[in-house]
Amino acid sequence: MHLAYPAVLAVLLFCTGLYGVLARRNAILVLMSVELMLNAVNLNLVAFDVWLRDTLHSGQALTLFTIAIAAAEIGIGLAIVLLVYRNRGSSDIDRLRDLAERPDGADADGTPQPDTQAEATA
Amino acid sequence: MTLAATAAGHGFLSPTGVEIAFLLVGIGTLGAAVITVTTRQLVHAALWLVVALGGVAVEYLLLTAEFIAWVQVLIYVGSVVVLLLFGLMLTKAPIGRSPDADSGNRWAALVVALAAAGALVWVVVDAFRATWISFDGPVQGSAEASGRSLFQYWVLPFEALSVLLLAALVGAIVLSRRGGEGRAPAAALPDAAARASAAPATAPREEQR
Repeated sequence: MHLAYPAVLAVLLFCTGLYGVLARRNAILVLMSVELMLNAVNLNLVAFDVWLRDTLHSGQALTLFTIAIAAAEIGIGLAIVLLVYRNRGSSDIDRLRDLAERPDGADADGTPQPDTQAEATA
Repeated sequence: MTLAATAAGHGFLSPTGVEIAFLLVGIGTLGAAVITVTTRQLVHAALWLVVALGGVAVEYLLLTAEFIAWVQVLIYVGSVVVLLLFGLMLTKAPIGRSPDADSGNRWAALVVALAAAGALVWVVVDAFRATWISFDGPVQGSAEASGRSLFQYWVLPFEALSVLLLAALVGAIVLSRRGGEGRAPAAALPDAAARASAAPATAPREEQR
């Protein structure tokens, strides 16, 4: 098999995940896009392992480690998203702007954001 | 010279059966991934993610990495997608079409993704123009070979990984239990779902104190 097939597929999957991370607004959809990017990396690892015929099987071992770390990451990430949702009533990453620098610095004392309230009632 | 010598016996315009299968499954996988990041129905995004991850598992099988393929099916399709669906349900994601699934910078994101895809495809195709994967000889990714190398050469990272999984488990429990001083800890997730559905407008506000 030509090595360009898995390499190009991994590149395209990675860029699809990149678009998802940048363009999505819901935090869980961002996590799904991160999973797509991790899968692209895994595909590259397996393809190069089979191509190089590594005697240590490092590509496949690292793929297993990546899958386990991705599972841990999705658990922690979902816990954080649920905590944010419980506190803010929204899992919308565009609206989590409490740490943003504002140009005037006047409304730094926790003024309620109206759209968070609207999201909670929706 | 060397390129022609390497390419002897391989035709770029006469693909083998494995290449055709890889290409077809890859097109399906890529289409499912694109639908995952562009659909406006959140639950459908999770279900298309199943198709994409299953397609990647089939690609592992075509690359003779059978153990990785079944681990992929078990962990990704089996547990990660179920966790994501739980997360969608617990954050009360809308079932139908949600008009604000994409943020305002999607055109910038599209430009960045297309530029990255173009650059990476160009580099990768240029670098691996004359390399072929040979499937002759012993199978590289059988369960026996993977397990042998994993427990001969990779034992210490394997054990460290188990400690990391334990730390992630404890961290997820600590994060999602209803902590705070003077409050009784309760089972986090069902409690959160019950409270959010009982008082959707007031609960997030009063928890913020």
